[in-house]
Amino acid sequence: MQAQETQQTPSASGRGSGAPPLVEMRDISVSFGGIKAVDGVSVDLYPGEVVGLLGHNGAGKSTLIKALSGAYQMDHGETLIDGKPVEINNPRDARANNIETIYQTLALADNLDATSNLFLGREMTTPFGLVNDAAMESECRKIMAQLNPNFQKFNDPVSALSGGQRQSVAIARAVYFNARILIMDEPTAALGPHETQMVADLIHQLKAQGIGIFLIDHDVHAVMELCDRASVMKNGKLVGTVNIADVTDDDLLSMIILGKQPGQTAE
Amino acid sequence: MRLLGMIGAFVILCIGFNIVTDGRFLTPRNLFNLSIQTVSVAIMACGMVFIIVTRHIDLSVGALLATTSAVMAMTQTELLPSMLGMGLNNPATWAITIVVGLFVGTLIGAFHGWMVGYLTIPAFIVTLGGFLVWRNVAWYLTSGQTIGPLDSTFLMFGGTNGTLGSTTSWMFGLFAAAIAIWVLWSGRRAKAAHGFPVKPVWAETTLAGIIAIAILGYVYIVNSYAIPTRRLQRMFEARGETMPEGLVVGYGIPISVLILIIVAVTLTIVARKTRFGRYIFATGGNPDAAELSGINTRMLTVKIFALMGFLCAVSAVVASARLANHSNDIGTLDELRVIAAAVIGGTALSGGIGTIYGAILGALIMQALQSGMAMVGVDAPFQNIVVGSVLVLAVYIDIVYRKRLGAK
Repeated sequence: MQAQETQQTPSASGRGSGAPPLVEMRDISVSFGGIKAVDGVSVDLYPGEVVGLLGHNGAGKSTLIKALSGAYQMDHGETLIDGKPVEINNPRDARANNIETIYQTLALADNLDATSNLFLGREMTTPFGLVNDAAMESECRKIMAQLNPNFQKFNDPVSALSGGQRQSVAIARAVYFNARILIMDEPTAALGPHETQMVADLIHQLKAQGIGIFLIDHDVHAVMELCDRASVMKNGKLVGTVNIADVTDDDLLSMIILGKQPGQTAE
Repeated sequence: MRLLGMIGAFVILCIGFNIVTDGRFLTPRNLFNLSIQTVSVAIMACGMVFIIVTRHIDLSVGALLATTSAVMAMTQTELLPSMLGMGLNNPATWAITIVVGLFVGTLIGAFHGWMVGYLTIPAFIVTLGGFLVWRNVAWYLTSGQTIGPLDSTFLMFGGTNGTLGSTTSWMFGLFAAAIAIWVLWSGRRAKAAHGFPVKPVWAETTLAGIIAIAILGYVYIVNSYAIPTRRLQRMFEARGETMPEGLVVGYGIPISVLILIIVAVTLTIVARKTRFGRYIFATGGNPDAAELSGINTRMLTVKIFALMGFLCAVSAVVASARLANHSNDIGTLDELRVIAAAVIGGTALSGGIGTIYGAILGALIMQALQSGMAMVGVDAPFQNIVVGSVLVLAVYIDIVYRKRLGAK
């Protein structure tokens, strides 16, 4: 995070300035054995913006986002970053495009310590090509001091950490490497109120740095509080995308449950 | 802690056998033999640690050892001397033979890894098939015959026929002890330089002391195992000299043990200090997380199995050179000994946990049990019954121990 370059003026969402969106996913379809988990969905994200992805379990939110993070491959559609089409076929491609993901499962190797997890796949090495544990631990201590000042267990495997501590390791991994696009899949699902607030603060902070964030969440109130826009999905299809400022909690809920845009009456 | 427990078990075992055999177990001669008998299994156990850590298994190592051994036996007795006309005991024979063997072993291992990683056939099935295939490829290559005698230089890798001698052994021992202490010290300095907490000085000093004593103690033991007078006489006669009266020459460190040490140190560095090693443990701990972190887990599988194949070939050099010929049953049941050594040494079959030194200690404990019982005069069936029971018991103790600790 300390290495983060501020690409945008703080709090200025790039939307409406005429510049192309940071990420645009056009007409995405992903199917598993004939079942269309995501069916012709288009979403976009501007710098410094938080877009919430809402929907029931199985609505296709996670699948859509995994097509962006490289965990799944899309069958149809295209992804554009800064207006240019990109190929994302695996997690390495996503990382090369500065897309970082905090998975719901956290995707931590439980048998390794926080430092090894933070740098997994991107280890710092000495001139001899060996991993430089001391330098990495030093960096890990720096970023953890910012994210979670109480964190002390640097030499224990992450299986020995609490839920909140594990979460902060996963977050540290996503924000350390100059992410421009951050995907958070239910980042607060396993957390207590205090830690949830910590994540909310972090989202505001990252947003101010001009990072675009896709936030997947069940909790309508959290989305209302944190997001600028929300895209609602139902049964693999996009119900609609709305500005949070223009809608109420109930509008969002009816979109999730009934699959209708606000304004349309549920008859 | 776990390491101390295993060393303790090994020491108790040795002392126990020593009492029962009236002091015949802890003689330089027996310890020398124990170490050269352990080498072949221990080398393969080092590779098996990586395989098991990534949640795979390799049942074909004994068969692969037989195939590579057969290939090398045919290369040095048939191919090079007759077909290429290099004659017997050509100075290049041993080198070409070993290169061929290592290449074949690595290739077969990589092929196994490709089937596991890219075709996603379970490793258990691939190597169960490999177990039958390679055992019988070896049989076919040699027509089931015992192939020998092997190249005289090649035999130096077996043990008694190739040792460093007293002076070189002492030099090696001092060098190794110095390196070990330097590694501990520089690790501590690197931590201190970043201001991380370090262990108390007495703990590190004690550890350094134990390591130095173990290394130099082993050198002392193998140096005090004197080459038998008759054999020494023959060696002098071979060089056209006469042996001075009353000369005593120690064997020193066997070259095969030196190979094991090189393998163990290299793989320990690989496990702890390289990206490759880091990815092996990450994949074992959470394959999905490794994949999502951008690690190419399929290619990793190929590399791990290729390494296993390479080490099988190294073991084949040591095993066939020790026996001075290639026999059809070489390496039989080695797959089980190798897996047992890794598991006794603390490698968890659930993946993600395991150490190289643990596997070597595991191999040593099993070999000590086996040869100790043979010395006591336990019947062959009972020997295997005991070894099998110890394997199950060791894993049970490990489970209880880990539960107490609250770890996985």
